[in-house]
This record gives sequence, C-alpha cells and structure tokens, in this order.
Amino acid sequence: MFDQAYYKQLTRTMILSVVLVSFTPLILISGIMGYEFHTSYRNKVIEHLEEVVEKHKQIIDSFLNERLAEIRVLANSFSFNRLRDTKELQELLSALQGYHQGMFVDLGLIRSDGIQEAYAGPFMLGRADYSNAPWFKEVMRRKVYISDVFLGLRGVPHFIVAVRMESGSKDWILRATIDFVAFNQLVENIRIGRTGLAYIISKNGEFQTKPRVDVQGEIPAVLEIIAEQALPQADQTTKDKSEHVAVSVVRSTNDGHEVIIVTTPLKDGEWTLVYRQDASDALKSMYHTRNLGFAVSVLGGVAILMVAMWRSRRVVERIRQADREKELLNDQVIEAGKLASVGELAAGIAHEINNPVAIMVEEGGWISDLLADGPNLNDENFSEITKSLEQIKTQGTRCKEITHKLLSFARKTDSTLKDVNLNEIIEEMIDLSTQRARYANVHISSDLQFDLPGICASPSEIQQVLLNLINNALDAMDKDGGELFISSHVVDQTVHVVVQDTGHGIPQSNLQRIFDPFFTTKPVGRGTGLGLSICYGIVTKIGGDIMVQSTVDKGTKFTIVLPLPNRGEKPEANGDNRGCSQGETP
Amino acid sequence: MTRVLLIDDEQPFVETLAKRLDKRGITILKAFTGQDGLDVLVENPGVEVVILDVKMPGLDGIETLRRIKASHPLVEVIMLTGHGTVETAIDGMKEGAFDYLLKPCEMDDLMQKISEASMRKGQASARIDEAEAQLIALRRGD
Repeated sequence: MFDQAYYKQLTRTMILSVVLVSFTPLILISGIMGYEFHTSYRNKVIEHLEEVVEKHKQIIDSFLNERLAEIRVLANSFSFNRLRDTKELQELLSALQGYHQGMFVDLGLIRSDGIQEAYAGPFMLGRADYSNAPWFKEVMRRKVYISDVFLGLRGVPHFIVAVRMESGSKDWILRATIDFVAFNQLVENIRIGRTGLAYIISKNGEFQTKPRVDVQGEIPAVLEIIAEQALPQADQTTKDKSEHVAVSVVRSTNDGHEVIIVTTPLKDGEWTLVYRQDASDALKSMYHTRNLGFAVSVLGGVAILMVAMWRSRRVVERIRQADREKELLNDQVIEAGKLASVGELAAGIAHEINNPVAIMVEEGGWISDLLADGPNLNDENFSEITKSLEQIKTQGTRCKEITHKLLSFARKTDSTLKDVNLNEIIEEMIDLSTQRARYANVHISSDLQFDLPGICASPSEIQQVLLNLINNALDAMDKDGGELFISSHVVDQTVHVVVQDTGHGIPQSNLQRIFDPFFTTKPVGRGTGLGLSICYGIVTKIGGDIMVQSTVDKGTKFTIVLPLPNRGEKPEANGDNRGCSQGETP
Repeated sequence: MTRVLLIDDEQPFVETLAKRLDKRGITILKAFTGQDGLDVLVENPGVEVVILDVKMPGLDGIETLRRIKASHPLVEVIMLTGHGTVETAIDGMKEGAFDYLLKPCEMDDLMQKISEASMRKGQASARIDEAEAQLIALRRGD
C-alpha cells in the first residue's frame, strides 16, 4: 500500500497537469488576442486623431487664408486716398464685422514710414508709429503677413493680418486685427473625450491660443516633435498626409501618465497646431475591454483550478480505493497460495502426526494389557508401564512440535516488514518439509552463512516463498528421489538464497513463463499455477529478484536475491514501507 | 503359533505392537525398512503373515508388497495405513494384499485379520501340499 505522501504528490501532479494543459492555451490565446486587439485599436484611435487634426488644420488654414484674402480684396479695391478717410475705413470695418460676427477688431492704414495714416476700431491708435514693430518690418519685407499673437500698443493679446500695396513711389499697408477670443474658440473647437484639447504654439514654443488646462509641462516634448518633423525626409517629395501630421506618445512631466500628442504645421510652419489627449482617455474603451477580458480570464482560471482540484482529488481517491482493493486481493492471493502450500504438505503432515498417535494408542493398549493381568503389578510390568507412559509423553511432544511448526506457517499472513533472520526461516521450512522429503527419498542439505545479516521483509511472506520453492523441488524429485541443497550467503549488498534440486528440470520453452500467474505443468488438481507468481510478487515487492537456471533431467536452481537494508537509512522498496527497525541484525 | 513379520519405519510402534501381539501368543519378527523385511522373510520361511506400513522411506509399502508377493506368494500381507493413504492401501490389495487396516488400529481387529490371513495362508498351503501329493502320486503311477 502506498503512503499518504504518494497520493498527495499524485494529486498535486494531476492538478498541475490539468492546470497547465488548460491555462497554457488560455494564456497564449489571451496574450495573442490582447496584443493584436491592443495594437489595432491603438492604431485606429491614432488614425482617427490624425484625421481629426488634419481636418481641423484645414479649417484653421482656411480661416486665416480667408481673412487674408478679404484684406487683400479691400486693399486692391480701394485706393490709398480713399482708405485714408477714417469714415470710409470705419464703414468697411463695420461691413466686415457684420459678415464675421466681430471677428475683425479694427482696420488700419499705415504709411511706408510706419505711421498709421487712418484707423477704424475701438482703440485710440490714430497716428500710431509702427516703424519699429516687428510685424511692420515683416510686412514690408514679405508683402503679406499674419503675425504671431502679441500685446502691442493696446496691451491685449491679438494678431494681425496685413498686406503691403504699392502706389507710385510709396508703399502703404492695410492691416486688420483679428479677435483673439474668437480665434481661440475656433482652435479649441476640437474636443474629444475628457482630456482632448487643441492649441497653437509658435516655433519658439509661445502659445498662440490659450489652452483650457495647463500643458506647459508637455511643451519641451512638443518642441522636440516639431523639430523632428522639420527635418528633411527621404521621401519629402511625397505630399501625403503623413508629412503634415505627426503622432507621438510622451510621458507627461506633471504626473507621469502617457499623453498622445498629434502635431501639424500651420502658416507654412511658423505655427504648429497641437492636439493632446491622455492615452488612458483616448484608449478608454480598449482598457475597459482589456479589464473585462482579464476579469473573465481570472474567473475562468479560478473555475478551472477549482474543477481541476475537485476532479483530481476524486480520481486520486478512486486510485487509492483501487490500490486498497488490489492490496486486499494480493493478500488474498498470497493467502490462497499459502493454503495451497499447506495442502501440498498435508499428506506428509498427516502421516507425521498419525505415527506418534498410533504409537500412543499402542502404548495405551500395552498398559491396558498389563493391567489386565491383575491389580498387583510385578516389577517388570511396572517398569513396562513406566516406559510406555514415557513413550506416550515423548510422542505427545512430537505431535505438539509438528502442529506448532504447521501452525506457525499456516497462521494468517502478516505483511508487516520486520528485521528477519533468514537462516532461522530457512531451517524452519526445512524442518517442515523433512518428513515429506523423507518419504520422497530426497536428502536435504544446507550451507547457511552463520553471520548472515538480517533483511527487512515480512517473515510470513519469506516463509511462503521458501516453502513454495522447496515444495516445487520435492515435486520435481518425487518419483526417483534426489538431493535438495539450500544455501544462504551475502553477495555485494544483497543476500542470495539458493534452492537447488536434482529433479527433472524445466524445459527451456517453459522457463520464460514459470513466473506467469496460472502457469503450471503439474497435473490438474495438484497445482494452482500461482505459487511462483506469488513468490515473484513477494520478492520484487521488497526490491528483490528471483533468478532461475534449469537443465532438463539434471535439476533446477532458484536464486532469491534480497536487498540488505541500508544502515542508517529508511528501507523503502517500491514505495512500500510498513515498518522495520533500523540498523539492527536480529 | 502364528508367525507374523511386522515392517514399519516407526521403531517404537513396532516394539510396542510386537509386545502386545506376543502377549496374545503370536510370534513376531520385526523389520524397520522394506528391504529389511524382505531379508527377514528370506531368512524365516515360516512367516505366515506380514503387517506392512504403506508409507516408508526408501522402499515404500507398495513396492515391498510387490517383492514379497513375487518371492513369497503364499505369505499374506496386511497393509497398515493412515487416512491420507487409504487409496494406496486399496492399490495394495489389487497387488495381492490380504486386507488393510487404518492406523492406529484396534487390537481385536488386528487379531481378527491376522487370524483370517493365517487361516487363508494355511488353506492355501494345504491346497498346495495336497496338489503336490497328488502330483507325486501321479508320478509314481498310483
């Protein structure tokens, strides 16, 4: 019977196997699907953001170009002299404001020396000198110009759209101020999710619109992206969308979370439209799905684990039950084999007991004969009666010894492992078989190593093995008698017990089968075919072996090899450890 | 007096049974193996009945019986057997044994068998003697 640790280990192995087989594909599929889903969803989100930003860029570009076009139309449609009329200019401003809901703040006509010739608007800027203003210089240089946002003379954020016109030898400039708040709203109009927002910065990183949250911490990263975007590309000739829109994922310096940043140049690269959104916000649905999948996997995993544990324990319990039944069956087979051995001995034993009984009966009869002579015994009769009584006692003791020997063998098999003195058992079995051997004309001799160390085995099982081999040997020599030689000696770390006869031998064709259950060459009713099979089972169970050599008409030699227990170590054989004191020779 | 040869490998049994039979007026010869018994028969031609144990080491009861019957066909043999070897004893009767008794046996039964066996031996001997006498007479031309 295997011990508790074996079944625990078996349960663990089964649970581990089931869990591995179930979890490995689950983890692989989850991993691959999760990765593919993550990648494709992220790409979709980024593509979507690119498209949104691209469209927004077009809107802003259109807005600026339209404002510029309107100023150019005015400059081309009206002469300098007409525009220098403040009233005329005010009418034009009113018309523009009417069309664009106050998008235009003011209009101004500036001479080539930078002095404002005429002004229409809410500020007192008539005759203002712009000769040193950067935007004035840019207009004079470029002819058409949209400025960055600046405070200027009025002290509020604004930017201007200006065109330079040539009138004879003198140039003049028509400029309009665009309402910053309205432009800001236009830019901010792009809002996706909870954290998505857009803003514009200049090449120097100055805000051209006012973001609704603080994004100052992201500006260095944005400038890096802009710088990379400005580098000449190998396929620069291709004018596709990717040349205009760049996407990066950066880590915010504020709280370390990931931010998706999409940039695209405006105003020929002087401005950059920046769209930013927290990655967790942009990929919210993906994270939600991922968490849901993870929760389902965890729940599935727990369910698999519980089922694996439950099923494994049930299966192991059944295996344990089967082992118990097998063990019980083995014991019964061994018991049956033993009874068969006793049966084989029965004739010899019966005769052996019958003889002393017959002597006792005759002695009793003789005493009765003497007593029949009369109550007064003479010395001779008294002496005869005394001798007869002694004889009765002697024969009674003889009977007792025979029955004790038989009972010591026939008692129920105890498979508990003990330290066994092999020589004692060999001698007991020889004694038990002597009478049978005598009538079979077999001479038994032995050579037992006097200092043979003890082995760890079940004494009753070893008895059975030896008696079986002796019985077989006697059967083999039953007709003509012969020699039975039994020896014991140590070879390396094993004890060899040899049972050798001079019987009829075993044909080569049968040698391979003699340990098979139910294989017998004895006549029907005389052999069960279990004897050697049981011997083999008993010996191998304690880690030993049985070898056989046989020659037809010369005899057979069985060698039982039994392991010596390792001194200081717990003896175990095939996981069988049912007790055995350590390191002692019985 | 009837002369009986007792053959058994159990010496105490032979000795005691011999004393009891002797007390009943039977002349006893003893042997402890089959071969010894055959030798005693050769040396003592007057033996009428042999009491023979079936199970003996060496020459067993059946083989001894065969040889007795081969060399001394008129000698009657009573087989002694245990319960386990009754079949062998019956086989012995097929080989020419007079009868068999189970061991241990009642003295009265044994005496009865010895008496019957002795009588049969006597009758057989008488018939042979008579046949021999007739044969001799024929030869003489009476």
